[in-house]
Amino acid sequence: MSEFRSNRAGRITDERPWWDTFPWWSVIIIALLVWMGVQIIINDDYGLAWERIIPGLGLTLKSTVYAFGIALAIALVAGTGQMSRNVVVRNLARTYVEFVRGIPMLPLIFTVALIIVPELTELLNTRLEAWIGWEFKLSFEMRATVTLAVIYGAYMAEIFRGGIQSIPPGQTEAGRSLGLNRRQTMRSVVLPQAMRAIIPPMGNDFIAILKDTSLLSVLGALEITQRARQFSASTFKFREGYFVSAFIYLCLTLGLSVLLGILERRMTRDRQGER
Amino acid sequence: MTSSPMIQMKGVSKTFNRTIHAVVDVDLEVAEGEVVVIVGPSGSGKSTVLRCINLLEIPTSGSVEVDGFALTDASTDLDRVRAEVGMVFQQFNLFPHLTVLENITLSQRKVRRRSKEEAVTMAMRQLERVGIPDKADAFPRQLSGGQQQRVAIARSLAMEPKVMLFDEPTSALDPEMVKEVLDVMLELAGEGMTMVVVTHEMGFARAAADRLVFIDEGRIVESGLPDEVFSNPSHERTRAFFAKILY
Repeated sequence: MSEFRSNRAGRITDERPWWDTFPWWSVIIIALLVWMGVQIIINDDYGLAWERIIPGLGLTLKSTVYAFGIALAIALVAGTGQMSRNVVVRNLARTYVEFVRGIPMLPLIFTVALIIVPELTELLNTRLEAWIGWEFKLSFEMRATVTLAVIYGAYMAEIFRGGIQSIPPGQTEAGRSLGLNRRQTMRSVVLPQAMRAIIPPMGNDFIAILKDTSLLSVLGALEITQRARQFSASTFKFREGYFVSAFIYLCLTLGLSVLLGILERRMTRDRQGER
Repeated sequence: MTSSPMIQMKGVSKTFNRTIHAVVDVDLEVAEGEVVVIVGPSGSGKSTVLRCINLLEIPTSGSVEVDGFALTDASTDLDRVRAEVGMVFQQFNLFPHLTVLENITLSQRKVRRRSKEEAVTMAMRQLERVGIPDKADAFPRQLSGGQQQRVAIARSLAMEPKVMLFDEPTSALDPEMVKEVLDVMLELAGEGMTMVVVTHEMGFARAAADRLVFIDEGRIVESGLPDEVFSNPSHERTRAFFAKILY
């Protein structure tokens, strides 16, 4: 295939016509969303499904935000922990990441939510009760959210590590040779640059967490997917139930990726003026 | 010459992976205000010797003293001593996410604890000295290689170091930008800065060096006045090296 095309005058050109570069995909998706929205408004069955499912939105969003926040904290510790000079810290972090990454999400959710978290809270509570007579309680939804955070913490730890290691060692050397200590060099020189490599995949993981909150339905958390399942099972309107839940997820994920795009463009401060 | 040298390396060796002997038993003294140029074939360990001076490479054995501080002692605060030793790298290593001014003020603020006004005044003074005060608000990417290297020199000088180390500062530059960097270094040498320079620029060595050190296979083969070493090298390896690089 040639990289040149001929234009109407018969000359070769590297200019592409507007219809070649126009983002048709966004037109298709927006049209699809509008059509879905109209169905929900004008069709009573879809309208009923919407009414029954939309109350799950709050829990979906809440567990997404909480899971992402906790995962971020875990990832920062586990990601930098893998580069620690301390042999114990380094190996503990590595073990956690390799262990979690190697197991499919669904069995992990069962294991963490139904075995590990209850056992840990019980262990903690026998101690706490003896000390201060107070009991630590984790709601069922929160337990599911923590599970998601533990899993994504491992994925995101790798993003942190990759981002930090993508910065050339010369940057650290320059910082250290100016008298900055390890922490200052990390904070002022390496991390700000690494953030540029970290934020896009982190945003993708945020969207992935949003979608994976649907897995929490297996634990019975009343989020969007679980409500769709309940609606469909009780009314036999499967098409309507899953159609509406797909519509809600699409609106959320597409909205988020637009926001993410804006954020990424803001991050490229020092590339302005180039080219 | 003062009594105690500014830099004193004694029996310094550096071995990588227990098998690669990059630096072998190097003794080097540099007096205050002296300019020492290190030359040698690529892979001879000359950069490693330089990096051992501010402990970017930790020597496998031997001792390094800078201005009376024993850097190889575990009790020495390395970060404090490193602030007194400026280093200029082959690849400039400016911080790409910061403007030129921010590059130069960062360590002044964090290490020297200067106020913002003090740091900016010092930064502008150093930028004037290297001839590009108008680039203060530019980002490193917007500068030519020669300008970037001059900013790197200004960044080091703003810390008011006692010693400046240069690791092949002109090797990554386009030919027409070499001179602007060498001019700045020459001026610095004239002002009495203690300098250790690894370079292939023999013209600079001839013009600025008090002493020329030839390193091969991790050892100092010979050292002396530049003109003497150039015109009358006493070792076969030195002679072979100069025969290859001098026209």
